[in-house]
Amino acid sequence: MPQIFHHSTNTLARVTIFGAAFLVAAALGAATLLDRSAYWTRQTEVLKQPVPFSHDHHVGGIGIDCRYCHTSVENAAFAGIPPTATCMNCHSQIWADSPTLEPVRESFRTGQPLRWARVTDLPDFVYFDHSIHVAKGIGCVECHGRIDRMPLTHMASPLQMRWCLDCHRHPEKRLRPRAEVFNAKWEPPANAEAMRAQLAEEYRVTSMTDCSTCHR
Amino acid sequence: MSESDRTDAARYWRGLEERTPDAALQVQLRPEFTPQADVAPQGLDRRHFMQVMGASFALAGLGACTRQPVEELVPYARPPEDLVPGRPLYFATALTLGGFASGVLVESHTGRPTKIEGNPEHPSSLGATDRFAQAALLDLYDPDRSRAVLHLQRIRSWEAFLQVLEPALEAQVPLQGAGLRILSGSSTSPTLAAQMQRIRARFPQARWHRYETVSRDGLRSATLAAFGRYVEVRYDFSQADVVVALDSDFLTTGPGCVRYAKDFMARRRVREGQYGMSRLYCIESTPSATGAVADHRLSLPPAQQLACAFALAFECGVHGTGVLGPAGAGDLEKWRQIIGLDLREHAGRSIVIAGDESPVELQALALAMNQRLGNLGRSVIVSEPIEVEPTSHIGSLRDLVQDMRAGQVELLLVLGGNPVYDAPADLDFTAAMAKVPLRAHLAFAEDETSESCHWHLPLAHELETWSDARAHDGTVSVMQPLIDPLFGGKSMHELLAVVAGDKERNGIDIVRRTWTERLGADFDTRWRRILHDGVVAGSEEPLLPLELQRDSLTQLFLGVASDLAPRLERRNDSLEVVFRVDPTVHDGRFANNGWLQELPKPWTRLTWDNAALLAPATAARLGLANEDMVELEQGTRKVRAPVWVLPGQPEDVVTLHLGYGRRRVGRVGTGAGFDAHPLRTSAGLVHASGLRLRPTGEQVKLACTQLQHAMEGRHLVREGSLSEFRDHPHFAQEMGHGVHAPTSLYPGFEYEGRAWGMVVDLGACTGCNACVVACNAENNIPVVGKAQVRKGREMHWLRIDRYFEGSAEDPRVVQQPVMCMHCENAPCEPVCPVGATSHGKEGLNEMVYNRCVGTRYCANNCPYKVRRFNFLQYADQETEVLKMLRNPDVTVRTRGVMEKCTYCVQRINQTRIQIKKEDRPLRDGEILTACQQVCPSDAIIFGDINDPNSKVAKLRQQPLHYGILEELNTRPRTTYLARVTNPNPERGAAAGHAGDVRGH
Repeated sequence: MPQIFHHSTNTLARVTIFGAAFLVAAALGAATLLDRSAYWTRQTEVLKQPVPFSHDHHVGGIGIDCRYCHTSVENAAFAGIPPTATCMNCHSQIWADSPTLEPVRESFRTGQPLRWARVTDLPDFVYFDHSIHVAKGIGCVECHGRIDRMPLTHMASPLQMRWCLDCHRHPEKRLRPRAEVFNAKWEPPANAEAMRAQLAEEYRVTSMTDCSTCHR
Repeated sequence: MSESDRTDAARYWRGLEERTPDAALQVQLRPEFTPQADVAPQGLDRRHFMQVMGASFALAGLGACTRQPVEELVPYARPPEDLVPGRPLYFATALTLGGFASGVLVESHTGRPTKIEGNPEHPSSLGATDRFAQAALLDLYDPDRSRAVLHLQRIRSWEAFLQVLEPALEAQVPLQGAGLRILSGSSTSPTLAAQMQRIRARFPQARWHRYETVSRDGLRSATLAAFGRYVEVRYDFSQADVVVALDSDFLTTGPGCVRYAKDFMARRRVREGQYGMSRLYCIESTPSATGAVADHRLSLPPAQQLACAFALAFECGVHGTGVLGPAGAGDLEKWRQIIGLDLREHAGRSIVIAGDESPVELQALALAMNQRLGNLGRSVIVSEPIEVEPTSHIGSLRDLVQDMRAGQVELLLVLGGNPVYDAPADLDFTAAMAKVPLRAHLAFAEDETSESCHWHLPLAHELETWSDARAHDGTVSVMQPLIDPLFGGKSMHELLAVVAGDKERNGIDIVRRTWTERLGADFDTRWRRILHDGVVAGSEEPLLPLELQRDSLTQLFLGVASDLAPRLERRNDSLEVVFRVDPTVHDGRFANNGWLQELPKPWTRLTWDNAALLAPATAARLGLANEDMVELEQGTRKVRAPVWVLPGQPEDVVTLHLGYGRRRVGRVGTGAGFDAHPLRTSAGLVHASGLRLRPTGEQVKLACTQLQHAMEGRHLVREGSLSEFRDHPHFAQEMGHGVHAPTSLYPGFEYEGRAWGMVVDLGACTGCNACVVACNAENNIPVVGKAQVRKGREMHWLRIDRYFEGSAEDPRVVQQPVMCMHCENAPCEPVCPVGATSHGKEGLNEMVYNRCVGTRYCANNCPYKVRRFNFLQYADQETEVLKMLRNPDVTVRTRGVMEKCTYCVQRINQTRIQIKKEDRPLRDGEILTACQQVCPSDAIIFGDINDPNSKVAKLRQQPLHYGILEELNTRPRTTYLARVTNPNPERGAAAGHAGDVRGH
């Protein structure tokens, strides 16, 4: 009986089967890569803001403390976005006629708030608390990066759960003295490991990995 | 299961269905699991099923792939003082019901009130609230509130109304206001009193009428007869060893009920070596929540109840009560002697209390007994009236109707209330009102009365209003608004200021004027202190030393007794009807409140409906069963109502709850229940005889939670009498099967540090439901509606199970709050395929909503049936105003997600962060769960069981302590203290107290 299929069909079948498996794996891999990409997390994206505020200038340049604007970072879950009145403390005198700052002045005149785009945005089912992180000696830059070098602000971390857990499983690796929490330029000393171990004990830092720590 | 087990389990029953001969069949009709949980889909072959599931899976997966949208941050332009975004502020104010205030602290998140707590400094609250105060929040954000001034159903402005009102008032000036009438409910507000005086000065002939469904007329008339003047009566349950309640639901309704529950239950807290306990007798004509707690409950038709009260008064030596002779049949005669003896033995340390809705004769008998027993001035305190200008409501309303009919009323202002709906039927209020040329109704939402008025004016909520009000003991609170009126409502004071012609027309100016006059020097400091504390310190009404007027009382008793004799002759062809306001929607003012509508009522466990309550024997005689429609006929008036057969209801008495069947109400209350008001006349406001009942042959569906979430009756509730507890302190623990030694290959988990636990004291629980509503408010729990409740899909994280014990005619009731047990070996955890429920280091059984895919395996594996599934999108995420209601610290769940009690993990986390920042240990009692905080009788205690000094750890050492289904080795963290009752040893056995049921 003559063969119905040509010899090459065998190869074709093998390639197809292998190819299908490969394609599925590749698709999953691509999805994973996409999920972790900066595009997906918006990590490096600079969002359009009503005023091109520069942390590089205000923090890095003239050295304003984080807490001058983010007033509730030590007391509340939310670090606080400064009200227009805070901007106007200085900008009623400095750059008082700058056209770039017109939205700020308008907000102050009319009482209508500025509407900023949220850069560092956790999902709504995550309950993050700034105050406890600050109190335990986690510096701003651990999550927000070198904010003092950002002319326009973008997210410095992916803010995905694996990233949170990296630190929550080993919090002692990211500690710094409380006095240096708001100092973006702080560099760990030579004996960093010993110092951090001591801080972990002093600040009673524990690994918090219960689901209800963040989800409720 | 041993034989003794089976009999013991059968001792408690949840509904009459379980007692019918084919009980097995009946129970099958109400399966353990929610319907459809264990049913394979019909009409779907395997291949099709795979296709649908495959597509669903793929789509669900794709649906999760959304890139996070960009959100906005909107700071203030100029920040308000003291406000830290994300941290709530608390303000002291008060909420009123029937005019009486209960002090509250309201949690406010960036200007929107999100939770109401009791004010610990307020004498009517002491930190707790009732269910109505909890639910007030939902009323505030009710999307069906009226949003505009209406003239003949057309939108107008407040100014347009003033342009009509002010000339009409001017026209009344020369007449001295002879045509001006104001109708409102009771009030205790000093500001309102001052305004009324100013109105009188401008219009000496104007009249102020009062009417409420719960008028308290009986008490007012009784004090008039007893003391020759109106006085207020309040009670000090901490001084009472014996309490006799005549139709009084003092533990869960009426002015001061929260305080009364606290004081009363504090006298019943028995622990090892601490056996002092008060005793409660309830003699009632319809089952009440207080009756469920009673040590002895007598269920009697109104006439027999009155005869019994007479006999009791005679036994106490009250003059003029001996005319009736012995109190009916043999058993009642024995009760008279027993209760009478108990009262006499505790003279000066007892209370006889009649209900707020009780008629004058019961109230007068109670007052006379208290006086005779020497309770006045000790446990029963008589003071100056708390209300402003007390008056007989029914008399006042009758006068108004007469004047309106005679055409003497030219301008009628109805302030709140809904008289078209709830005025007695024989007065024909609506027709009389139609003769008034100008009538305006200030109301919270458009209702039956605003329909019949020319003008409808939106009333501001109490959380939007400046006002003042007094507590049950007279303590004054100034009420401050938490938020500007959401829909531009006005307060009563603002309308009355126009009538009085005052310059001050803003709420705050009006109230400040009253208090400037009262406080005098140093106003600012004292004013701020009052607003901060929520009470004016030392403003309670002092005791009045008054003599009882024996003659007028004797005359009253003789008159009543001569009428009573024919009533005691029972006629076979008719029934007696008893009217009560509804335990959850009250007089109808909460009819549009979903939290209260969905709250299972005590005894019946009905939701969303009222029903004609019938005793099992009466129903059997008439051939009626649950959900049968009947036509009720009283004289010429007819009403159609569904029947509910209620064990414990007195025979031949039909109880009808008022507040339902609202014709003009928002989307929640529409179509709920039937209106019983057409049967209620001014001669029979509380009860009436001659009711006829005719089955219509139709059936309706009612939503009852009674038989849902079955736990297969395995010693869930445990109770014993005081003497039993004294002799065998460990009776409750011996009732269980014991806990088997854990058989596990793995070593047990060591809970180092804190370990959360909760103990519920069954003896202290009154079943008042405040905890259920508080849980709703704190945890963003959605309302599901009647149809879903019928399917067993109500979302309450905390339910109160009700068990009957004893005969169907005269059962005792045991109630048990059940929430997540946070089992150390939680059966729900290992079955979750996606790890959405897991165990925390401190012992919390955690639920991660964003991981849950809705397999419902966990709920099926939970022996306590405490997990709730969002079968549909129950949480309203569309209605804008409801978004303001949500607690921002708790996720709003979506469809397809499982949820359950979290021990208020958001509160735990907040406190944990706080104490870590302050670097100090946790103080016991620092974390209160929402249910614990609101509980009037301190029945729920939460804390760290690893701290041996914590309250909860100590309670776990008590002999009364037990866990439910512990034999399954679940190691529950929520455990119970068995209920101890204090039956009179003389009647112990007769009261159905099975002292012999123990162990095996």
